[in-house]
Amino acid sequence: MKEILEVLEKDGRATPEEIARMLKKKPQEVRNAIKKYEKEGVILKYKAVINKDLIRDEDSGLRALIEVNIVPQKDAGFDKIAERIYSFPEVTSCYLISGTYDLLVIVEGKNIHTVSSFVAEKLSCLENVRGTTTHFLLKKYKEDGVILKHREENKRIAISY
Amino acid sequence: MKNIISKKVEQMQPSGIRAFFDLVLGMKDIISLGVGEPDFVTPWAIREAGIYSLEQGFTSYTSNKGLYKLRLGLSRYLKAKHKLDYSPEEEILITVGVSEGLDLALRTIINPGDKIVVPQPSYVSYGPVTELAGGLPIYIDTTKDDFKLTPEKLEKAVDKRTKGIILNYPTNPTGISYRRKELEALSRVILKHRLVCICDEVYGDLTYDFEHIPFAGLGGLKKNTIYLNGFSKSFAMTGWRVGFACGPKDIIAGMTKIHQYTIMCVPITSQMAAAEALVSAKKPVEEMKREYRRRRAFVVEELNQMGLSCHNPQGAFYVFPSIKKTGLNSLEFSQKLLKEEKVAVVPGTAFGASGEGYIRISYASGMESLKEALERIKRFLGRIKNAKK
Repeated sequence: MKEILEVLEKDGRATPEEIARMLKKKPQEVRNAIKKYEKEGVILKYKAVINKDLIRDEDSGLRALIEVNIVPQKDAGFDKIAERIYSFPEVTSCYLISGTYDLLVIVEGKNIHTVSSFVAEKLSCLENVRGTTTHFLLKKYKEDGVILKHREENKRIAISY
Repeated sequence: MKNIISKKVEQMQPSGIRAFFDLVLGMKDIISLGVGEPDFVTPWAIREAGIYSLEQGFTSYTSNKGLYKLRLGLSRYLKAKHKLDYSPEEEILITVGVSEGLDLALRTIINPGDKIVVPQPSYVSYGPVTELAGGLPIYIDTTKDDFKLTPEKLEKAVDKRTKGIILNYPTNPTGISYRRKELEALSRVILKHRLVCICDEVYGDLTYDFEHIPFAGLGGLKKNTIYLNGFSKSFAMTGWRVGFACGPKDIIAGMTKIHQYTIMCVPITSQMAAAEALVSAKKPVEEMKREYRRRRAFVVEELNQMGLSCHNPQGAFYVFPSIKKTGLNSLEFSQKLLKEEKVAVVPGTAFGASGEGYIRISYASGMESLKEALERIKRFLGRIKNAKK
């Protein structure tokens, strides 16, 4: 059954009928499995991977990785304060990290101003946040396993034995 | 002036579909299902090993037989994977792909006029290379037996002058392969007539429905089998040109004699990369195999549904559907499909006369292209059908 996930992870638009053919299963079987994955939260959502570098728009978005040092709370540890941080819509990812800081927060904003003001006015002001270090992302090379490049020309000769 | 070209070369049959190939190569924006190599790029760990070897300055010749490191790696790999026992010192030779291995094997065993059995449809070079080596290819048509060579037909084809047989499985262009029992049945005939068996098993790792059994691993067969394999298909390394030949030491010694004078050695960068492939590419190789398996199921099902009946190939990345129902011959079908729908396939006749009425479709293409190409073929078939009415 896991192979359904392998197919969908490569191509979120593969239909249950197509997947059924690839895996020699019945379409209904695949449909049920997908539904189950969705229900269990194994499949969270389907989306396009967009290379924003190609959208020549001043405000096409800026991303920052922010290292956050926090004071853990009694009983709740890091989870509660993490929740307060990841609930902001500006936060696209949030991880608890081992090492010199605690949370790695990835923030997306329109431009440098929106991101900075989020850090200055929202994140840093939270009670248990001891300090932040912000790294602005300059260029994306690869994301979620996808190398962000134009589709390459076919290097193989069109016909061979 | 005398004729420059030797009689032998002049008599070689040029591939009958060269013109069709040129047509394909001259066209833009086509979807090609005619490609005989993986659509994957060599896994990065392997490429990186090649680059690193260059940085380290490995730019020299290697021993004729190939880097010892690679032969040792292969010896262990074959032992672990197939329980094959080949000594890295005397029984393994690194070749420029299976192509060179095949040429060496044939030239090593053939005396003028010796016959070599070739089941057809077959890979294009078996016949011509046999002839170049002074042998006489004896073709056996397998189309009526699900493209498999049967012991009965083999028995019938063998006579006193038969020196050997070329067995290729999984087979290019049909994708069929043999189970242990079928191989054992063939091996009895081969042993009885003491034939040398040249086995091109380059698609062995791409076997989907059952375990691939190397011919040399069958009882009593190692002593007269030349096992040819390479990195091209399963490791997606076609352009590196690395293959290997394993066999009894006297045969390998013979092959090495020719190899040392004609090739000297396989490029060291490629050998270094191949050595890395044996240790670090298991995961990507398995992933590629799963992807091929899915595409195979998809393509076979789609083709059968649209009325191009095709058997289920057990390996490689080819299907070989019949197009007889369309009333067109292989070349006409392929040309028309190319012109009208911009989809390239290989006419079955490229693989011998018995391939008439079939086309070879390669599924070494991304799912997106496969879907689109199959859609176009379906449209094409619909049009032919209506035109006939």
